[in-house]
Amino acid sequence: MSFHPKMAYDATFHKSSRELEEEGPEFAYTAQNRARFDDIITRYPPDRRRSAVLPALYLVQYQQGYITANAIRYVAGLLGITRADVEDVVSYYTMFYTRPVGKYVINVCRTLSCAINGAERVTEELSAKLGIKPGETDASGTFTLMEVECLGACDRAPAVMVNDAWHECLMPEDVPRLVDDLRARGETALSGCFHVVERKARG
Amino acid sequence: MDPVLTKYVREPNSFTLDFYLKHEGYEALKKALTKKPDEIIELVKASGLRGRGGAGFPTGMKWQFVDKKTEPRYIVCNADESEPGTFKDHLLMERNPHLLIEGCAIGCYAIGAKVAYIYIRGEFLHVQHVLEKAIEEAYARGMLGRNLFGSGFDCDVYVHRGAGAYEAGEETALLESLEGKRAQPRNKPPFPAVVGVYGKPTAVNNVETLCNVPSIVSKGAEWYAALGPEKNGGPKLYCVSGHVKKPGVFEASMNITLRELIEDRAGGVRDGRTLKAVIPGGSSVPILLPDQLDTQASFDAIQKAGSLLGSAAIVVLDDTTCMVWLAENLLHFYRHESCGKCTPCREGTDWLYKILRRIERGEGQMRDLDMLQSISNNIAGKTLCAFGDAAVTPVLTTLKHFRHEYEAHIKEGRCTLPADWRARQPVGAH
Repeated sequence: MSFHPKMAYDATFHKSSRELEEEGPEFAYTAQNRARFDDIITRYPPDRRRSAVLPALYLVQYQQGYITANAIRYVAGLLGITRADVEDVVSYYTMFYTRPVGKYVINVCRTLSCAINGAERVTEELSAKLGIKPGETDASGTFTLMEVECLGACDRAPAVMVNDAWHECLMPEDVPRLVDDLRARGETALSGCFHVVERKARG
Repeated sequence: MDPVLTKYVREPNSFTLDFYLKHEGYEALKKALTKKPDEIIELVKASGLRGRGGAGFPTGMKWQFVDKKTEPRYIVCNADESEPGTFKDHLLMERNPHLLIEGCAIGCYAIGAKVAYIYIRGEFLHVQHVLEKAIEEAYARGMLGRNLFGSGFDCDVYVHRGAGAYEAGEETALLESLEGKRAQPRNKPPFPAVVGVYGKPTAVNNVETLCNVPSIVSKGAEWYAALGPEKNGGPKLYCVSGHVKKPGVFEASMNITLRELIEDRAGGVRDGRTLKAVIPGGSSVPILLPDQLDTQASFDAIQKAGSLLGSAAIVVLDDTTCMVWLAENLLHFYRHESCGKCTPCREGTDWLYKILRRIERGEGQMRDLDMLQSISNNIAGKTLCAFGDAAVTPVLTTLKHFRHEYEAHIKEGRCTLPADWRARQPVGAH
């Protein structure tokens, strides 16, 4: 419900909605991730284990791809906080997924400097090539297309982030080739992060 | 001015400890440890160093305000660089991470902290790897850890990764996030200097700010202050992006003008195009017009010209830019990033965005312009943090200088300036 008579909430308004996470299978860290967690937790005061909630959730996401209710319970148990405390965090930060995503999540920066250098066109080309709209995953589960806000690579616009790796100066006309390259050789197809000061050297 | 912060960023191994040590690395920390902590604070005060994150608050004062009676104390470095148009801290951390580590250690010594947390935005994983490697090297060679250089001073530096929230760049929201909660701002006062992370006295400093500290310690406050105009001393990093030929990070003293930065350093606007407007300090600040290009790019001069230097993110807009579209684009950002804590901002940014989208699509009415104004006035100054004021600025500033474009959209029932770099069709997920 909107509190403003002339402004109905539309379907895209997300802040008041609460979507429950999938239950998912029983969750526990692998031995390796448990060791990583045990190392991370030492960075914070012993009575402030909650500080490790973001790194703990990243470990979950890298382990099983997205965050489930069972994983939230597991993290809450590790940190000595409630499930609601963890869900509060998961639902706030945009880099956590509560639904399965594609093998490659393509995040196109849509904010000003990228936009005036063609980011809207990049999204259109990606959308056409992949046959999905922003926010969707293709049928094969290979690609998820997302629009994100400023990535902080405005001098190398338009910038995209694929999973955690960057690809910079992506021109709309280069989109089809990039998608094919991603399919063929994964993240090695990406330019990575380089600065304009180095661009000359790279040619 | 010879670059101070970015002198070596083009060197292939600039991020390694060996390279840094060859170029007087960690000498400032050694020197600082021979002085009293108060002397360091006095030195930084005398240098006039102002925070590089956006507010331009004097760093020495910030450190002085830290409550020295309560233990433990913390340095928290704000590396959440998210202000649209800003990409300077990225460069520093990736190409000169030891400078930041040294700055953190000196800051810790000055305020009597033993731990510094570097809060880095989640999208900077590749930068985080560089920074963590550098921290590891620093520990291995005794630049961090116990009893640094035999002084008895202990210092730990940890990196904490965010997860995608612009609001985490607000200092109290950052502290909340570091404590494992939503990045939402706290009511102030108390300020972090008294009640910061874990309820303890904390100094929150931007990456570039801390990177300025080593050179102040090694070369002196007078040298530092003399680099720029009065009260705007030291080297400054400028991020120039948008419609320019050679976007990038440029280091200069604050004597430089916007014209020199845009035309000389960044190559000017594309051929055949003319400059329409400049956003001088990130998306949150008012627009400056082409006739203001000779303004000095210093905190005080830009403020006098009616805008703010902010994070020195200069976004250049040429004559293909529709200003209604620009406001819509930025309000999409603010609507998405509003943390939801204060009602005027949470609801108001959504309303503003919808009205702007309506006008941009040619479905607006003249009374919408009054509504934009009134909603903006009901957000600004009515929120816990500066986000509310930031979010309405793109609306108010474009309405002020480009009202005729809004009116043309409404009269003609379409966008009157569709550029070739825009979407062919409105993109779906808006």
